[in-house]
Amino acid sequence: MSPGALSRVVGLFSQRGYNIESLTVAPTEDPSLSRLTVTTIGEDAVIEKITKQLNKLIDVIKLVDLTEGEHIERELMLIKIKAAGAQRAEVKRTSDIFRGQIVDVTLSQYTVQLTGTSDKLDAFIEAIGPTAILEVVRSGVSGIARGERVLSV
Amino acid sequence: MELLSGGEMLMRALKEEGVKLIFGYPGGAVLHIYDALYRQDTVEHILVRHEQAAVHAADGFARSTGDVGVALVTSGPGATNAITGIATAYMDSIPLVVISGNVPSHLIGSDAFQETDMIGCSRPIVKHSFLVRSIDEIPTVMKKAFHIARSGRPGPVVVDVPKDMTAPSEKRIFDYPETVQLRSYTPAQKGHAGQVRKALDLLLGAKRPVIYAGGGVILGNASDELTALAKRLGHPVTNTLMGLGSFPGSDDQFIGMLGMHGFYEANQAMHQADVIFAVGARFDDRVTNDPKKFCPNARIIHVDIDPASIQKTVSRIEVPLVGPVKTVLKDMSELLVQLDEKPNLEALENWWKTINGWREKQGLWTGDRFVRGKKIMPQDVISTLYEVTHGEAFVCSDVGQHQMFAAQYYKFNKPRRWINSGGLGTMGFGLPSAMGVQLAHPDHAVAVVTGEGSIQMCIEELSTCTQYNMPLKIINLNNGALGMVKQWQDMQYGGRYAASTYQDSLPDFVKLAEAYGHVGMKVTDPSELKSKMEECFSMKDRLVFMDIDIDPDEHVYPMHIATGSMKDMILSKTERT
Repeated sequence: MSPGALSRVVGLFSQRGYNIESLTVAPTEDPSLSRLTVTTIGEDAVIEKITKQLNKLIDVIKLVDLTEGEHIERELMLIKIKAAGAQRAEVKRTSDIFRGQIVDVTLSQYTVQLTGTSDKLDAFIEAIGPTAILEVVRSGVSGIARGERVLSV
Repeated sequence: MELLSGGEMLMRALKEEGVKLIFGYPGGAVLHIYDALYRQDTVEHILVRHEQAAVHAADGFARSTGDVGVALVTSGPGATNAITGIATAYMDSIPLVVISGNVPSHLIGSDAFQETDMIGCSRPIVKHSFLVRSIDEIPTVMKKAFHIARSGRPGPVVVDVPKDMTAPSEKRIFDYPETVQLRSYTPAQKGHAGQVRKALDLLLGAKRPVIYAGGGVILGNASDELTALAKRLGHPVTNTLMGLGSFPGSDDQFIGMLGMHGFYEANQAMHQADVIFAVGARFDDRVTNDPKKFCPNARIIHVDIDPASIQKTVSRIEVPLVGPVKTVLKDMSELLVQLDEKPNLEALENWWKTINGWREKQGLWTGDRFVRGKKIMPQDVISTLYEVTHGEAFVCSDVGQHQMFAAQYYKFNKPRRWINSGGLGTMGFGLPSAMGVQLAHPDHAVAVVTGEGSIQMCIEELSTCTQYNMPLKIINLNNGALGMVKQWQDMQYGGRYAASTYQDSLPDFVKLAEAYGHVGMKVTDPSELKSKMEECFSMKDRLVFMDIDIDPDEHVYPMHIATGSMKDMILSKTERT
């Protein structure tokens, strides 16, 4: 996908006063196409307007509102946490409870990789507490429909 | 197989698309293209004096013909000067292809001389845009650009061409595609049959119907279909500012323009309607007044080619109908014949009695709704223009009080005769757009209705008119102030005229016109208005600038009371509904 196409999508949100909560984008198996997952918050009427306006963009080939049906949402987070002394075991335990993986280790820090819904990632951040957190990077939400429904073009 | 340079390809693509006339201004980044232009004889180029005017002229050409207008501008300031023109066309859904040069590909992003990110600058005001990345893709890009500009809901398309893409030394195979495939872009070809039936049932059952027709009817070339259906139904028709001429203005079923400065009878009828049939109209804020108070008792049908227009501002649309207005209206007429059902004639008769009562009481065409003083009244200028041109002129307007007076007092009987910037409200649009209209219709009278404020925004084009012998008739309603601004300052700011007057700095427009080689006329006496106007229009091969001193204190009425409903109107300086 050309950078121009991405800027059209993002620009539309700012131009028309809609919010973007998160945006993920990457090429698909067809290199001429990218798949974006956008999360936004609004009343049904606003979501309908956003849907129609996005559909109008020539670069947008197909658009579905995943929240209209059963669907799966996942987000990836990498989080750097202070882990010295007694904290070290506590961070490990909390990470295990959330099914996180420690992917990098120093004498005083752990870097934890965690996937799940955005709520789960929020809950982990809360469990660790602000004083222990050094850095957080989140991917934004990727979504896909449950069952046999397939988004194909 | 033919080998062409990118510059030659652009010219050939224009030829393939049937383009005979383009408007532009040369510069470094487009010199290869201009050289290719010089070495062919299909496409004629009009050299304007400012790129904004190039786009407005292409726009006027497009509005008056229905064909795609084309402008060619250079990179940097050429491109940014074109922006106002592109935004004007975008707001009114006018089909344009704007070719802009850019710096050579390897310099993009380096802050090179006359570099600007035209794709970025124009992004929110284009239907689509293309940055040419290889010479080979020029034919496909141009084919797509024209297709996108003219199909569906029309709009401007920018084609940004880096200089190295047009180098004469780089030749490639030119094979112009016959068709275009865009998998993500398939405008509706027909309205849904079930919805057509529903719409018709609603109209047939209506007791107080109004047909609310907008610019989409003109863009969709559906005036005949609209008129046929309206005649068959016997329903009153109102037009938006952009829709004027889509239904004959002098027909009895026409109840005038609606909206902020719309006719009393049109706005009352809308408010009291039980069924509103919106065709190619977009429920603009200048029509609806407060959308929450919009036509409380109406069940609404909305026909539009653009699904995003439906339920955008007014959410109570009972019958949405996405499709080309021409096909939808034709389908409705045919179904109406098949059904052999009659509208509710008795109810309609009562409805017309009510409407005619409003017309008699406050209609702009059933009596003078203004008081004449010693000065020329702007309303009389437009009525005189209508008389002298027998209602047959193309009227290109600027933006302000004069625009509203022209919309109110010139009865447009045909589509594409009323050329104005409705959506963006671009002062400076009138003169350059009229150049495009005049070149498309060389034997027709083309009037520019303007004011001393608007005309000065693109007045440099008087020079272009000299170069190409464009016999425009400029009707300058000179009230010595930015009239619409001043009107609002009178009404809402206690008459404090902040920056709306010029303190005796206005030029002598007669001398100015003469300096450019045109005819200038000054009119101050009401008794001379008609004879001078006749004299003006009798000079068929000259541009005539009529500078008319009008009553400086006149306001445009009627006028919506802000935050009210459609029926709430100020009728004069002293009366309200």
